[in-house]
Amino acid sequence: MIEVDSLSKQFGKISALSDVSFRARDGLITGLLGPNGAGKSTCLRVLSTVLQPGAGTARLGGIDVSEDPLAVRRIIGALPHGAGLYPHLTAVENIRYFGQLCEVAPAALSRRIDRLVQRLDLGDVADRKAKGFSQGERTKVALARALVHEPPHLLLDEPTNGLDVMAVRQLRRWLRELAREGHCVLISSHVMQEISALADNLVIIAHGRVAAKGTPTELAARFGNRDLEEIFVSAIGGEPS
Amino acid sequence: MMSAILTVCRKEILDNSRDRRTVLTAILLGPLLGPILFVVIISFTISRATSSAEEPIDVPIIGAEHAGNLVAFLASRDIVASEDHGIASIDEAVNAVRDGDREIVVLVDDSFGDDLASEAGAHVSLVYDESDNTSGPRVGRVRGSINAYSQQIGALRLLARGLDPSVVRPLIIDNFDVSTAEERSSLLLGMLTYFLLFATLMGGLYLATDTTAGERERKSLEPLLATPVRRSSLLLGKMGATVAFMLLSLALTLACFAVSIRYMPLAELGMSTSFGLGTAMIAFLVLIPFAPLGAALMTVVASFTKSYKEAQNYLGFVILIPTMPLILASILNVRPTLALMAVPSLSQHLLITNLIRAEPIEASMLAVSVTTTLLLGAVLAYVAIRLYERERILG
Repeated sequence: MIEVDSLSKQFGKISALSDVSFRARDGLITGLLGPNGAGKSTCLRVLSTVLQPGAGTARLGGIDVSEDPLAVRRIIGALPHGAGLYPHLTAVENIRYFGQLCEVAPAALSRRIDRLVQRLDLGDVADRKAKGFSQGERTKVALARALVHEPPHLLLDEPTNGLDVMAVRQLRRWLRELAREGHCVLISSHVMQEISALADNLVIIAHGRVAAKGTPTELAARFGNRDLEEIFVSAIGGEPS
Repeated sequence: MMSAILTVCRKEILDNSRDRRTVLTAILLGPLLGPILFVVIISFTISRATSSAEEPIDVPIIGAEHAGNLVAFLASRDIVASEDHGIASIDEAVNAVRDGDREIVVLVDDSFGDDLASEAGAHVSLVYDESDNTSGPRVGRVRGSINAYSQQIGALRLLARGLDPSVVRPLIIDNFDVSTAEERSSLLLGMLTYFLLFATLMGGLYLATDTTAGERERKSLEPLLATPVRRSSLLLGKMGATVAFMLLSLALTLACFAVSIRYMPLAELGMSTSFGLGTAMIAFLVLIPFAPLGAALMTVVASFTKSYKEAQNYLGFVILIPTMPLILASILNVRPTLALMAVPSLSQHLLITNLIRAEPIEASMLAVSVTTTLLLGAVLAYVAIRLYERERILG
């Protein structure tokens, strides 16, 4: 469970987030939707404790990010925007490094890596150095890296960027599986279709504020049964003139 | 905490040992460049110094026919009158020297023989270029030899008159050069510390850059910071790996020096050096505290920069900082004191110079050097950790 209450964040004079509140429940996929620069990444960075909240609170599994960031990091798997791998390490070595940092016991770690390699179809690249990986392969390895300590919360910042159609479909399937297993999945995107096909709940952010939130059905009803893209456009305040 | 530091350190060593650029700088460039450059400089210096002292010199002597004995005397000292030099007058001699065709020309006066016979004071002129410092030693040899010939004749004249030649030499200067062979070589080997410090820093340059700027640029920093590891542990692990590469580079450099110095013709200069494997090992121990200091310094600088390239540019200058006390020391010719041991890089320089001179190293000096260097390293490491804990580290 992720609970965000009146979260604000300033960078100098620029307000990146102001008074953002939402819930992301376990077993569901919550979509953080908004145009570029709306504050999605800042919000996810606060949740993954690499940034501190300016005001307000954010709790993951009941733990406040300001009070015990280390404990929060134990229960999250983060896939930041454009997450990079270590080019001189193989896929498995990249995953194992993070498993070790998360203090997964060696025997369990090897088992989990085997399972992730199988589940994410990484068999072909498992022992190749990450240097020449395609974007799809990189994202898969980064996802495996985020999952290796079996965190109950998953924070994914625009994970489908640069992926081809097949890879996007595969990723969606995995995320649904993870949610079904009880994970709390929070995914950001600026691509309408991607989110509409995936999310159980939507939080639409524009200019650092929550413009609308609810299930896709609720939002459609509130905005007069238009399709999600139009809801998005009207929620963020119309098209630029 | 300790296991996290070790995990990071191990990963960085593995990762960087697969990076050709890092390995080349740490294992080849630093360790080989210094000794090779050093051998070239020293061999060049030595061959120049020895060649001008021993090689036969070919000198045009105008009017040689008037001074057969002088020419024979010079020839006995390997100063040979050149044949067919084509120089006939003093003007031509001046031009030949000015154009660089000749380093020195000797002109014997037409009346040299008569003047010598009548004890009137015979004239010999030397044409040379004082501003040409490469010809200096040879000009000095020619002048010295002519002087010696003059004194020999003078002594003979006195003896012919029944006088002791020492009558006209009231003062006798005896030279006592107190420098030992080791000390003379230390002048040249003073450069050694510079190369050692340079190689040490070069060994860790890429790792220090990678720690912040590199991680940021390839976007692996954010996922790393989201792992349940304290940033101080991450940074200490990374600095640990940097130090490991620096010490490897230093060890290789010292080994290269220890081997290559054996093949240097130091003895020809009346120099000797006690720089063997044992000395190299002590020098390594003396320099160990410098590695964490350098690693922390480079990490601090790299964490201010926005990109890999920018970091590299700054670090190019940073590498020069530890050499400044060395330059100052060689200009002022400082001797080791306890107070100077508080200056990192200078203290290592002075201690290693002592080592090369085969002088004992005082325990108190070593203690001050190690303590102050490690202390400054700890302060800089703390600064680096604080910088790493800023939000702005994400760029």
